[in-house]
Amino acid sequence: MIEIAENKCDFCGCCVGVCPVNCIEVKEAEISVDHDICIDCDICVYVCPIEVLSQTDPRKSSKAAA
Amino acid sequence: MWKEQKEFDCIVVGGGPAGSTFARVAAEGGLSVLLLEKDRDIGVPVRCGEAVSDAGLRIFHEPDPRWIASTINRIRLIAPNETVVEFDLQQKGYILDRRIFDYDLAEYASSAGAQIVTKAYVDDIIIENDRVVGVKGTHVGERFEKRAKIVVGADGVESRVGRWAGLKTTVKLKNMECGFQKTVTGIDVDEHMFEFYLSKKWAPGGYLWVFPKGKNKANIGVAISGYYAKDGKSAQKFLDEFLAWKYPKASVLTTVVGGIPIDKTVKQMVMDGLMLVGDAAHTVNPVTGGGIVPGMRSGLLAAETAVKALHNGGPARKNLAAYEKEWHKIGGKNHERFYRIKETIFRFTDDDLNRIADGISAVPADDRSLLKLFSIAVRKKPSLLFDVIRVFAGL
Repeated sequence: MIEIAENKCDFCGCCVGVCPVNCIEVKEAEISVDHDICIDCDICVYVCPIEVLSQTDPRKSSKAAA
Repeated sequence: MWKEQKEFDCIVVGGGPAGSTFARVAAEGGLSVLLLEKDRDIGVPVRCGEAVSDAGLRIFHEPDPRWIASTINRIRLIAPNETVVEFDLQQKGYILDRRIFDYDLAEYASSAGAQIVTKAYVDDIIIENDRVVGVKGTHVGERFEKRAKIVVGADGVESRVGRWAGLKTTVKLKNMECGFQKTVTGIDVDEHMFEFYLSKKWAPGGYLWVFPKGKNKANIGVAISGYYAKDGKSAQKFLDEFLAWKYPKASVLTTVVGGIPIDKTVKQMVMDGLMLVGDAAHTVNPVTGGGIVPGMRSGLLAAETAVKALHNGGPARKNLAAYEKEWHKIGGKNHERFYRIKETIFRFTDDDLNRIADGISAVPADDRSLLKLFSIAVRKKPSLLFDVIRVFAGL
């Protein structure tokens, strides 16, 4: 599952732009992921410039494995 | 006023340069325009390196000194082995203060008659009979629904408006540049110089920039390709390492985070009742990452088309398609050339970059130009030379 460190987020929307299923919502100072739609592709985890997003399932995350 | 009005000719989602330019030109053309910005301030937070060319800016406005933090007339490239190559720019550039610039663009739109609303978050569009007819959202905690003949997605890198309508605006991982910048002070920089650091160690699949805002202040930022970000080292880490090495005593005034889509322009920029402009339509120059001027250009072209369409015929796709055609005629071909050049540069190793720096170093200083540089850069792939000459012939 994608986890968000919301207190770290700058709300830039970079993750929204790459999300293939449009399941991330970024407001002026709020971010949320719709886990029912999310396919755990982790692309948002990769692009985040400041490492706000992470994959909690270590089998799926290359970052966690690295 | 906007609260009572149920329907507009155009509703623009997003108050950056592309959205504000659309709003101004559409309002000047006699259309009723509502511009909705999700943040509380136009122009804030800045998500940009703030560099722009004088010639590009002049297409739209006489540069106002209030917008300009510094004027740039020289460029310095630093190769992986720290070989430095410098040359004069044939046309000067500026580092803007986007907070002031964006504010003014929105004011121009407002003076032309557009209504601008901040803190207005759009979270869906209204579709009836396969036609986009309005938007839904929240303004300071209150739900709203507004109808429009044309909804304009100027919602930047997120580009959700287009996606809600079924257009393919998702950016591929390799085409998303992950950007991180600090505006720092307490450093010594040449206030008239663009500096670019090119190396996989500084910025894989992108570049690191030092854009001066005076003698002791600069935007120092990095953009790395999502393709390399996958390896687990974030843009922030790359920049912080660079700053610790090069400017350990810098004080940080502002931190900027953002994604830069360096993709081909979306194939379909319009549909019934919908137009996409700026980053939302992927108009950013794929080589430079510059998005201000192309965004404004797309806003202008889209608005001119919208004015014609609504005065004569209506918002059907066939009437809005002139914008798509015009974009591809004026900027689109170059955009695709830049994209091909980007795809090649992207694969350069640090050895390639060192070789290119040596090549340009061998050219007499007064004979160096971006055209020469890129010509040397693509020697390995001569088929690109034509693209390089064509794009620089136009600059």
